[in-house]
Amino acid sequence: MKEILEILEKDSRTSPEQIAAMTGRDVEEVKQMIKKLEEDNVIAGYTTVVNWEKTDAELVTALIEVKVTPSRGQGFEKVASRIYNFPEVKALYLMSGSFDFAVIIEGKTMKEVALFVAEKLAPIDSVMSTATHFVLKKYKNDGVILHDKLTDNREVITL
Amino acid sequence: MSLIDKINPVVRNIPPSGIRKFFDIVTEMKDAISLGVGEPDFVTPWRIREYGIYSLEKGHTYYTSNWGLAELREEISRYLNRKYNLSYDPKDEVIVTVGGSEGIDIALRALAGPGDEVLIQQPCFVSYKPCVEFTGATPVVIQTREENSFKLTPEQLEENITPKTKILMISYPNNPTGAIMTGEELQGIAEVVKKHDLIVISDEIYSELTYGTKHISIASLPQMRDRTIVINGFSKAFAMTGWRLGYTVGHRDIIGAMFKVHQYAVMCSPTTAQYAAIEALKNCDEDVDMMAREYNRRRRVVVQGLRKAGLKCFEPMGAFYAFPSVKETGLTSTEFCEKLLLDEKVALVPGNAFGESGEGFVRFSYAYSIETINEALERITRFVKKLGNGSGN
Repeated sequence: MKEILEILEKDSRTSPEQIAAMTGRDVEEVKQMIKKLEEDNVIAGYTTVVNWEKTDAELVTALIEVKVTPSRGQGFEKVASRIYNFPEVKALYLMSGSFDFAVIIEGKTMKEVALFVAEKLAPIDSVMSTATHFVLKKYKNDGVILHDKLTDNREVITL
Repeated sequence: MSLIDKINPVVRNIPPSGIRKFFDIVTEMKDAISLGVGEPDFVTPWRIREYGIYSLEKGHTYYTSNWGLAELREEISRYLNRKYNLSYDPKDEVIVTVGGSEGIDIALRALAGPGDEVLIQQPCFVSYKPCVEFTGATPVVIQTREENSFKLTPEQLEENITPKTKILMISYPNNPTGAIMTGEELQGIAEVVKKHDLIVISDEIYSELTYGTKHISIASLPQMRDRTIVINGFSKAFAMTGWRLGYTVGHRDIIGAMFKVHQYAVMCSPTTAQYAAIEALKNCDEDVDMMAREYNRRRRVVVQGLRKAGLKCFEPMGAFYAFPSVKETGLTSTEFCEKLLLDEKVALVPGNAFGESGEGFVRFSYAYSIETINEALERITRFVKKLGNGSGN
C-alpha cells in the first residue's frame, strides 16, 4: 500500500501495469488497491507540477497569514471552510504560532490578489487580521526543483 | 628506441580489454541509450555533499592520518557492527582507502607474490585478475555457472585448490551477475577455506543492495574473521563513486601489512570525501533505504521485461544488474551487443568482459530512470523478436 503511494506520489502517471511490475504484484490487485485508496480519499487527486514561470502566463502567488477568532462549538472548521471553498485558495493550513491560518492564493495580478484579500477574506466575520506576502520566485514546488534540471553526466560505459 | 621494450613485461603482457572496439562504438554514438554504467544514477544525497562543502569552508584541506580520520574509522567500525555483525578495532584494523579498488590492490600486494595462486570467482569485476598479475602471483579462475545462480560452490572451490593456493577472492552481491550468497552457502565455502588454510578477500561493495534478504559477510561466520579481508566503500551504498572513498577491514596483522602499502602508495584518502563520509554513515540510513527500494522496483521491471522479450534471465538478488542469457539468439555476447547497438541504439555490456563464463550473457545495468529502462526494454524486445524471425527464415 505504502509502496504504491510512494510510486504514485513520485509520478502519478505510472500505470497500474507498471506499478504491478515494479512491486511484483498482480495488475488486477494493484488496480483494486488504487481504487480503494481513491475511495478512501487517501489518494485525493492527481496533478501536474507546472513551472508557470516558464510560460507567458501571468501568475502571482501569495502567502497570507490570517488571524481568526474560532467560532463557538466548531473551532476553526467553520471559518476554514469559508476560506478554502474559494477556488483562488490553492492551499490552507492551520498553523501553530503567531497566526492561525496560512492561505496560499494564486491570482493573475497582484491587484487581483489584493482585491481578493480585501473583498473576500478580510470581511469574513471571524477574521481578525491578515498579512499578505507575495512570492517573488519559486525555487522548489511539491518536492520538485524548478530551475535546475539534473542531467546524467556519467560516462557512457563503466565496468 | 622502442619504448614498449621499456615497459615491465608483467604490465605489457596484460591484454587490452577485448571489448575495446565495442566501447569505442558506444562512446561515439551520441544518441544511444546506454545501460552500460556500473555506478548509481542518483546524485550523492545532499546532506553528504553539504557536509563536504562545510568541511571545505572550515578549511579541512590537509592530509588526514594515513589510516583515515579517526572519527570516520570509528563510524565505519560501528556501521559494520550494526549492519553486518562485524567487529573491528578502529585503531588498527580499519584503513580508509581510495575507493574499494585500492583496497583490492593493497590486499593483494600485501599478501600475494610469485609462486602463489590466487583463486578468482568469475564473472567478476574487471580489476581482480590484473591486480593479481601485478603482484607476480598466478590468478586461477573459477567459472561460476548460471545453473548455480552464479554462486561459488564448495565443490568448485575444492577442485581448484593446489598446494600453492593462498587466497580466494569473492564478490557478492556480484557485479555483473547480481548474484548473492546466503549465510548457509557461504558457510560451505568457509569450511573449505579453513580446511586449506586460505585467506579470503571479500569485495562487499554492493552489500547495501540486496533485495528481500540481508547481506551476510563471510567474515561474520565462525572462525572466519581473522582470515578474511573485507573490502567495502561508499560508492554504491551512498552514490559516492566520484568521491573515491572506500575502506578495508581485517585482522590487525594483515591490515598492518596493507597499511604499509597504502601509506607509501597514496598517503591518505581525500580529506573532503572523508568528512562527507562521516555524515553518510551517521545520518543517511533513510537515503540508502530509499535508493535500495527504487533499485528493487526497477529490478523487477527489468527482469520481467527481459523475460517477456524472450531472454532467459535468472533472478538477480543484489547489486543493480541483470545478467540475461543471449545464447538462444545464436549470437555471442559481443555480437549481440554490437548488433543491438547498431540496430536499436541500446548499449549493454557483453558478459565476456567479466570473464569467460560471462560469454553468452549481457549485463543490463538498471541504475537508470524507469523511463530509460522502459524505452530500452521496448527496443530490446523489438530486437529479439526480429532476431527470432531472422533465424526462422
